[in-house]
Amino acid sequence: MQRWSRTSQAQIPATNFADKRELNLFNQPMQNQRRGQIQWSQPQIYPLGDSGIVLQFSRVYNAEVQQRIRACCTYLDQLQVTGLLEYVPAYTTLTLYYNPWLVSEEGRLDPYARMTEIVQAMLAQVHTPQPEMAPTLVEIPVCYGGKWGPDIEEVARYAGLSEAEVVRLHAEAEYVVAMVGFAPGFPYLAGLNKQLATPRKHQPRTLVPAGSVGIAGQQTGVYSIPTPGGWQLIGRTPRRLFRPRQENPSLLRAGYQVRFVPITAAEFEQQNRHES
Amino acid sequence: MSLSIISPGLLTTIQDLGRIGYQKEGIIVSGAMDALALRVANLLVGNPENEAGLEVTLLGPKIRFDEDQLIALTGANLAPTINGQAVKMNRPVFVCQGSVLQFAPQGSGCRTYMAIAGGLSVPTVLRSRSTYLQAGIGGRQGRALKTGDVIACPGPSAVAKQFWQKMLAATPHKTWLQAAWTPSPELYQGPQANPSIRAVPGPEYSLFSTDCQQNFWAQEYTVTLASNRMGYRLRGDGTALALMQPEEMLSSAVSFGTVQVPAEGNPIVLLADHQTTGGYPRIAQVVTADFSLLAQVPPGGKIRFREVSLAKAQRLYCQQELNIRQLRQALRLKMRL
Repeated sequence: MQRWSRTSQAQIPATNFADKRELNLFNQPMQNQRRGQIQWSQPQIYPLGDSGIVLQFSRVYNAEVQQRIRACCTYLDQLQVTGLLEYVPAYTTLTLYYNPWLVSEEGRLDPYARMTEIVQAMLAQVHTPQPEMAPTLVEIPVCYGGKWGPDIEEVARYAGLSEAEVVRLHAEAEYVVAMVGFAPGFPYLAGLNKQLATPRKHQPRTLVPAGSVGIAGQQTGVYSIPTPGGWQLIGRTPRRLFRPRQENPSLLRAGYQVRFVPITAAEFEQQNRHES
Repeated sequence: MSLSIISPGLLTTIQDLGRIGYQKEGIIVSGAMDALALRVANLLVGNPENEAGLEVTLLGPKIRFDEDQLIALTGANLAPTINGQAVKMNRPVFVCQGSVLQFAPQGSGCRTYMAIAGGLSVPTVLRSRSTYLQAGIGGRQGRALKTGDVIACPGPSAVAKQFWQKMLAATPHKTWLQAAWTPSPELYQGPQANPSIRAVPGPEYSLFSTDCQQNFWAQEYTVTLASNRMGYRLRGDGTALALMQPEEMLSSAVSFGTVQVPAEGNPIVLLADHQTTGGYPRIAQVVTADFSLLAQVPPGGKIRFREVSLAKAQRLYCQQELNIRQLRQALRLKMRL
């Protein structure tokens, strides 16, 4: 029935993640980058089954990768292609999901080849840092410690700091949403002060309340719905990160900047009532 | 118009073809596990393919129809009866007001789909009626159906009504009636016991040794009891699958059909309620054309994976769409006759 046939198989990447030089998966941001002067290199492109195509920009997460993925997402938000369903940005990859029947004009074209063309057209457009990309900054109020952050003592002890210093270091940093995943609206935030890096809990909790702010290794994040979880909980926010009745149900998106603002227990109660 | 749930069964949820477009916000797709079966069921009652229906799991519910209705059952044959008499799968069925549908505790396959002409009146949340259990949204108040639920239905289309009136004219004085015809098995086959599931190599396939790769395609896997709508945990012959060198991976997108291998070495196949991203090596990706077979394997059932090329997988996908189109055209004629 199909009029297309494939001469060469799509390549599965021969990536070797074992390169020891890059075991640290979180790189420092690239230095000496001046806008408009850098040509981004070609990402690796490979299939995820018959309905997905992946762009892998790098093997380590850094500011450049994050910026490129964001630029591609902005491009895709404007793009209208029949059969292109959705995209999922992650740390170093951008995955596009498609309906092979529709993108191939009902089997007349080779679906993967067609998707490769669409992706190449995108990369040709999005090849240098965009000057107009001012990141969205979201402030998240957090009541640290006490019953809202039962693990703050453990984090402080692990870091050899006081609880007040943990709060200061956590709240003074600027974070970037590396990706949203695990649960609806759950942000993986990059930018945690290395002094606060703490291993996950040995025994995960069976239920972590929504709004809990946690640390796991070099990452920090906010639980968006009640779920089991193993992150070290240091505080809680009254803000809702998952709002199913809104057209943009996740408060945060990949690429957003986040700052945590300490609040008192009384402020927490007041804002919590307001949010619900 | 409504349905009353007399007893809910093991896990009966409202599903359509899923919540598409929100994975970038961490919101899972959900939707029918056996999407093909739901599409066929909808077509059999004259609905659009994406209409919400009921997904019944292993132990079926007991449901009373509060008005005359046209329904269709597809997917697993969980020995359904209406008013105590066996009802056949994969065809339009007219049920008169007060009729009761129930299922026997034994059957083949895992999930039955029930479509109702005109669909179900449940609110659309983020462009879908699918139940997302973990987030508590969609379907009936974001949860599985329970005893006493009354689900409103907008009522059948004019075409559906006309169709059952013709059925009734041919055989009056019955509380329910089923069409004598069913789609050709070439267009829709339904579940198979211990199926062979076709898959293409996944992004991290080449990080597994040749021995591991061969072992993966050769082994027979059992779907363990620790399996649900998120995924099947598989158990093989005891040979663990391992990367040639242990890796720390950054999370990336995963989808329905992704076969991932955690450190302990037994693969997990992700299904309708999969998380949007995952950090385990992805050894393979099941072809979409075999999702229907995969979704019907009950706990304890066995599967094998069979390698196909990407080009083949996409040809199978297109073939399935052609089958659906053919079925849609055939049914349009049948229902207007």
